[in-house]
Amino acid sequence: MWHNLAELLRYRGLIQSLVVRDLKARYRGSVLGFFWSFVNPLLLLTIYTFVFAYIMKNDEEATRPYPVFMFCGLLPWTWFAASLNEAAGSLISGGNLIKKVLFPAEILPIVSVLTNMVHFLLGLTILAAFMVANQHYPDWGQLFLFPVIVLVQLTFSFGLALALSALTVHFRDLKDLVANLLTFWFFATPIIYFYGSASMMPYKGYFNLNPFFHLVVAYQEVLFFHGPFGAWVGLAVMTVASVVVFLAGYWLFDRLRDSFAEVV
Amino acid sequence: MTPAIELTNVTKIYRRFGGKQFATLKSALLQRSILRDLSPSETFPALRGVSFQVPPGQTIGVIGRNGSGKSTALKLVAGITKPTSGTVKVQGRISALIELGAGFHPEISGRENVYINGIMLGLSRREIQRRFDEIVEFAELKEFIDEPVKNYSSGMYMRLGFAVAIHVDPDVLLVDEVLAVGDEGFTHKCLDKFGEFKRRNKTILLVTHSLGLVERFCDEALWLDHGEKRAQGDPTRVIGAYMTDVERQEEQFLATTDARHKQEADESATRSEGPVDAGDTAADMTQASEGRWGSGGVEIASVTLMADDGQPTHIFHSGEAMTVALKIRAHRVVNDFVFGIGIFNAEGICVYGTNTDIEEHESDLLSGDAEIRMKIDALELVEGTYKLDVAVHKLDGAPYDYHRLLYTFRIKSRLKDVGIYRPRHRWEFDGAVKFKPLAK
Repeated sequence: MWHNLAELLRYRGLIQSLVVRDLKARYRGSVLGFFWSFVNPLLLLTIYTFVFAYIMKNDEEATRPYPVFMFCGLLPWTWFAASLNEAAGSLISGGNLIKKVLFPAEILPIVSVLTNMVHFLLGLTILAAFMVANQHYPDWGQLFLFPVIVLVQLTFSFGLALALSALTVHFRDLKDLVANLLTFWFFATPIIYFYGSASMMPYKGYFNLNPFFHLVVAYQEVLFFHGPFGAWVGLAVMTVASVVVFLAGYWLFDRLRDSFAEVV
Repeated sequence: MTPAIELTNVTKIYRRFGGKQFATLKSALLQRSILRDLSPSETFPALRGVSFQVPPGQTIGVIGRNGSGKSTALKLVAGITKPTSGTVKVQGRISALIELGAGFHPEISGRENVYINGIMLGLSRREIQRRFDEIVEFAELKEFIDEPVKNYSSGMYMRLGFAVAIHVDPDVLLVDEVLAVGDEGFTHKCLDKFGEFKRRNKTILLVTHSLGLVERFCDEALWLDHGEKRAQGDPTRVIGAYMTDVERQEEQFLATTDARHKQEADESATRSEGPVDAGDTAADMTQASEGRWGSGGVEIASVTLMADDGQPTHIFHSGEAMTVALKIRAHRVVNDFVFGIGIFNAEGICVYGTNTDIEEHESDLLSGDAEIRMKIDALELVEGTYKLDVAVHKLDGAPYDYHRLLYTFRIKSRLKDVGIYRPRHRWEFDGAVKFKPLAK
């Protein structure tokens, strides 16, 4: 396992090419090209803003301006959910490579996560635009934590993506299960609502069990809320947890590796 | 010298996941069988204790019937699958031509695909840059290299895949039956490229059904049969042994089919007692399908085809001797009888037909048991499958016992000449004409 992990570093050139290829291939032939990366989060943003700010009259003082608040959590979530959705089917759709070319299979789920990370990073420009428009800026002093949180989420996503892709080879309906589970997970995570509001108090315990809750809160603390960073414990726990998840995911992947070429 | 490729006692057992390949998570959870589903329920040995070595610079051809483990062996050498037991050692960079263009993405251009495919095969970006023009030229795709690959014809696709794989500059090249891509010209180019590899002392492992290619091109042949190594060594010798084995199998197959046909014909003959359509004889012979009929006064009890050495067989080589032996049993004394045989090719064309009457043997007396042998000194037929009619009938054509197309034999020939008749011949050349000496 450790040997294979070290081997993985040698393939960074290939990973890079494949990420670029996926990005190019996705937008080849479409007029708006990369713009489509933003359309989906923008659409969600518009709908949720409309629903929560105007229909439901969610007048939480803390979450103003609401679009910026929501975007801080929605962007990382979109990256996370799309990564897992794609990674789950990545080994099956890349079956030709696994069977016919000497190819380290873990590259496929990793590329899924990284491609979506590029979308995420591009999406940050929209967030920046919203911040300017709403005259609401992040805590500049805490911005150094942002790359740390991204790195933690990346490690966490890698772990889950590896495990999922390997298991989906054997259980095909895991892919659908994941898609539905992610919808549920989205609403269980305080992205479109504020975890600190009074009505949320009874659910605090459940939030603490949700790993993505800690990430979202960390993002919001850095990018949205002013004042001291209030998610140290959560971030620290998630840093350790993400490494554990990554290693566990990689271990599972490595265990099942030899069956891929035969089962895919 | 360390061998370039070394397999030691390699066994590969493919796991069949007992049809649960598409098992759903639900059923696995319900039956609490996740772990069981992930462990194989049925196994299939693709290779059994195979050991062989290929010294560096050698070209070795792997031959064998379908399902003999050739491709598995290649995948093991390539490292795509791992052996269940035993060890596989390969020295140097490997390039495997198993499926050409396996990593191509249809939406992006040929140029970008060349880069990505090259990186997948282990080249660095700079190495590809250096070889790029050569690759494109080899693939003959100069004008199309910036088109998305999805617009390529399958030939173009394969050519590009081949061109990239061959320009990886491997120390060990693995080729799995991919020479059938492209037109004649491209195939020649591929062979030239292989020749160049050989000259540069690279190791090539070639899996193919084209025995001619192995004989011409390889230093050694390796014969796999049902996952086991049958022979390795001089190509001519190994191919000879392999061909003999294939013939033996075919022989068995023909013998059982013949026996079945005969049995079916016998059953239908006994069902329809007595003479069946006595008038339906020589004139209609070509229309009749296989079967057996006749009045039954004289019976052909058995028909045996024998080679030169008197051994019964169904496989002959072009130009060999053949004996058709008929065991005859006459149930009463007859004076009026003719023995005939006809040879038909696969299209149903009568290649040759004759009988004792035509050849002016006047019948006199037949009673009890007799054996008739028709001896052919040299069976000058082209390669193919032939069927035999044998009959004993009256002078006027009314059959005692007619066996229509019940016996099959196969002609093998090294030459692939065509036609229904092969006159014994030779070529002579005079004047300013010269041929190259025969290849080894």
